[in-house]
Amino acid sequence: MSARYVARRVFAALLSLIFVLTLNFFLFRVVKSDPVGSLFRGRNVSPEAKARLRTEFGLDKSLPAQFTAYMGQTLRGNLGVSYATRRSVGSEILDKLGPTLVLVGISTLLSAAIGVLMGIKAAWQRNSSFDRGSTAASMLTYAAPDFYIGILLLAIFAFWLRWLPTGGIENPDGGGLFDQAKHLILPCVTLTLGYFGEYAIIMRSSLLEVVNEDYLVTARAKGLRDALVRRRHAVPNAVLPVVTLFAINLGFVLSGSIAVETVFSWPGLGLATSDALRGPDYPMLQGLFLVFSGAIILTNLATDLIYGHLDPRVSTS
Amino acid sequence: MSAVEAAGTRGGVGPILSVRDLHVSYETREGPVPAVRGISFDLGPGETLGIAGESGCGKSSMAAAVLRLLPPEAVVSGEVRLDGEDVFAMTPGRLRAVRWTEAAIIFQGAMHALNPVWKVKHQIGEAIELHDPKAAGKTRARVDELLEQVGLPARRAEAYPHQLSGGQRQRVMIAMALACRPRLLIADEPTTALDVMVQAQVLALLAELQTDLGLAMVFITHDLSVLTSCCRELAIMYAGRIVERGPSHQVFVDPRHPYTRALAAAFPTVGDPRFRKAPLGLPGDPPDPRARPDGCPFTPRCPDAQSECSAEEPNLRVAGPGREAACVLVGRTR
Amino acid sequence: MTSATVPGRGSITWTRRRRAAAAVWKQYWSSTQGRAGLIILILFFGVALAAPLISPSSGLDVTQADGPILHAPTAGYPMGTDEFGRSIWTLFIWGSRVSLAVGIAATVVAVGIGTVVGVVAGYAGGRTEGGLMRVTEWFLVIPFLPLAIVLASVLSRSLFTIVLVIGITSWPGIARLLRSQVISVKERTFVERARALGAGNSRIIGRHILPSVMPLIFANLTLTVPIAILSESTLAFLGLGDPLRVSWGQTLQASFDAGATSLGAWWYYIFPGFGIIFVVLAFTMCGRALEAVLNPRLRDR
Repeated sequence: MSARYVARRVFAALLSLIFVLTLNFFLFRVVKSDPVGSLFRGRNVSPEAKARLRTEFGLDKSLPAQFTAYMGQTLRGNLGVSYATRRSVGSEILDKLGPTLVLVGISTLLSAAIGVLMGIKAAWQRNSSFDRGSTAASMLTYAAPDFYIGILLLAIFAFWLRWLPTGGIENPDGGGLFDQAKHLILPCVTLTLGYFGEYAIIMRSSLLEVVNEDYLVTARAKGLRDALVRRRHAVPNAVLPVVTLFAINLGFVLSGSIAVETVFSWPGLGLATSDALRGPDYPMLQGLFLVFSGAIILTNLATDLIYGHLDPRVSTS
Repeated sequence: MSAVEAAGTRGGVGPILSVRDLHVSYETREGPVPAVRGISFDLGPGETLGIAGESGCGKSSMAAAVLRLLPPEAVVSGEVRLDGEDVFAMTPGRLRAVRWTEAAIIFQGAMHALNPVWKVKHQIGEAIELHDPKAAGKTRARVDELLEQVGLPARRAEAYPHQLSGGQRQRVMIAMALACRPRLLIADEPTTALDVMVQAQVLALLAELQTDLGLAMVFITHDLSVLTSCCRELAIMYAGRIVERGPSHQVFVDPRHPYTRALAAAFPTVGDPRFRKAPLGLPGDPPDPRARPDGCPFTPRCPDAQSECSAEEPNLRVAGPGREAACVLVGRTR
Repeated sequence: MTSATVPGRGSITWTRRRRAAAAVWKQYWSSTQGRAGLIILILFFGVALAAPLISPSSGLDVTQADGPILHAPTAGYPMGTDEFGRSIWTLFIWGSRVSLAVGIAATVVAVGIGTVVGVVAGYAGGRTEGGLMRVTEWFLVIPFLPLAIVLASVLSRSLFTIVLVIGITSWPGIARLLRSQVISVKERTFVERARALGAGNSRIIGRHILPSVMPLIFANLTLTVPIAILSESTLAFLGLGDPLRVSWGQTLQASFDAGATSLGAWWYYIFPGFGIIFVVLAFTMCGRALEAVLNPRLRDR
């Protein structure tokens, strides 16, 4: 992988980050209504108190001054203070980061692994009942919104069968790793079910295209066993579009976690987002938007670099 | 066994490749589509056979059939013997052992015949280590040796296929094919996608290797003029069958089948006074294998077609010493 | 040479196009997926359009509801009732209008923007293309839901906002696809010929390039609508939808807030949810069948 390729990718990522920061700032300044005013809906607060809050939140300076202040603060890690809890947005996010990382991380890996394996088997046994079944399952889970899969699973396994807890991360008077794992099952299965289908379909069609390539015949002509032909020559080529899909899907899984965490009251960044919506707690929303976008940009960069390593055609010129 | 086949076998040493009445057809939704309809030939060790014909005449199917490399929807019948051993009766294990060590195949369009995500050294090395696991430590040396044999510098081993030119990729394929020192090399359109200069180089390389290593070679192409320089014998294929056979120079210069005549005229040799006149194009298209009419399949495009040609398909008949052609006009004075 | 001196030239092109369209239709109809998808869609659209005739909109009014609270389906209430006593069947068919309308409107916006950007970028080339594609990439990187949430929280909550939000977040993918398609069409000889004859840019784009990419646009449309419908339902579920309008997503939100899952009121969430699933499935099936027709390589899948 050439240094030029890496440099180009990192530079593009930085530009995207700057774009997101700028967008973040200006989007929230579109708000015409007074954010301080909305915090005290219905209650009577003295104008002096409101003015004090406005200064506290830095809302009394001019727009360019606010922008520079915002950029400086953000780059130093200061994301502002939550309107609702009055703690720093940064610490709120750090608190909620763990549960989301666990949920999204495990689901992404599971859905990719299950989807890819299903896709490989479906392609190799084309038009078999497994193939048809897997395509049907993929299309069905794709057609259901993530939160809906969550609602259905919740209704069946938590309320009807009572096998699994109904929400949260742990039992208030229990706790412990095993208890947390039990609470993780339903939200994790929900996210996995929501996204495995695309992997299966893409892997299958990619493999079917690769299967017709001449280099596989060359491999067989050399005397390789079918399993080795598949593993050494077909799959490394077929897996390339899946890596691209992985990058695309990360954005969707992260987004999906917002609705799914809401359904299961999983105390992560997603639940924080839908809670922040109710204020609306603008500093939290701003901070969360930054974190989500930043995470996507970084993982996209990582995926680009991994792809460059796997497909030499792209990274060597 | 025909006269040609008898002449081909060296006394005592059997043919390295023996094909008898080979039929290949493909199962499609509309029914079986025949690609090869009864081909027979022998090739002795160190001998060269050129097979010429338009695309779709079945030559690639025939090549793939020799090592059982056809896709699963292909139906094969007949007999193929590699150094006396029946290929279709081999167990999968024996077949894999024989592939590349007895006979190797070079495909057309080496851009797609090489794995795009593997370096050259690994692709060649895989062939070496597959058939000789003990060679592990000496693989790199052997790879360099093979590259040198085909005229490529050793550092090319570190390259990926997309970093090489068409001619270089073809040389890599040849080097890879020679990795296990096969006695038979089947070259399926090895020069087709290359420009004329590079074509000449690759042909010269193949001719050189053939004599140096004593390889038996089957050279498949649609360009007749190429075959006359590197192959001793020539067979012309049309619509799945051999329609003419004989020593290459004679077949090219004095064809006995109307199709061969047209094919020879379509690929003139530059500088040869016979081709001063504008070459005749071949009108029409080869017959659709799904819907072939009765009789000789060349009839619709044949300038010398007779009334009896559409009635029955002629078999190969002797057209001279060591020569055969499948045409009713053979033997008749024109 | 003007078209007046070549009699009937325009009509030849259109006869050819009409014949091609008829062939496409015949092939499309031969696929079971395509048939099933189209029939399901016609059913849902029919019900949505006929809503005022089937069930009066007064049924949506909470203050006028007089049915039993959270009752399972019975003869009078085929899909049961919600916590206000409204018939869920009424919510379902009126909600389908909103879900479908928003899905289609958002798709039109996304495809509209995406087509303009993609065609201009692909056709103009050079720095224009580079600049446009960079902007496209930036928008692609931003995750959909967070951006949608930010936009929806900042603007007022209405259907228009939802349509705008989904449209703004979906156009980049289409722009990218169309740009590569336009580039490949641009290289084709008939475009060169047109240019040699002195055709101006807008003429080339309008007469030659657009008709060639039209099938791709159409196939993309059928695959983008379900994404828009799913996005709308997610946004509505999170409370960002128009509070005055009933949609399937909004009904699901209401069911969740009312605790339908814990109360066992399965009818409250099964019907709207499966409505979404069936419509999305139908669109996807149509899209796949269409893709198979337009791209013969995919037909033997």
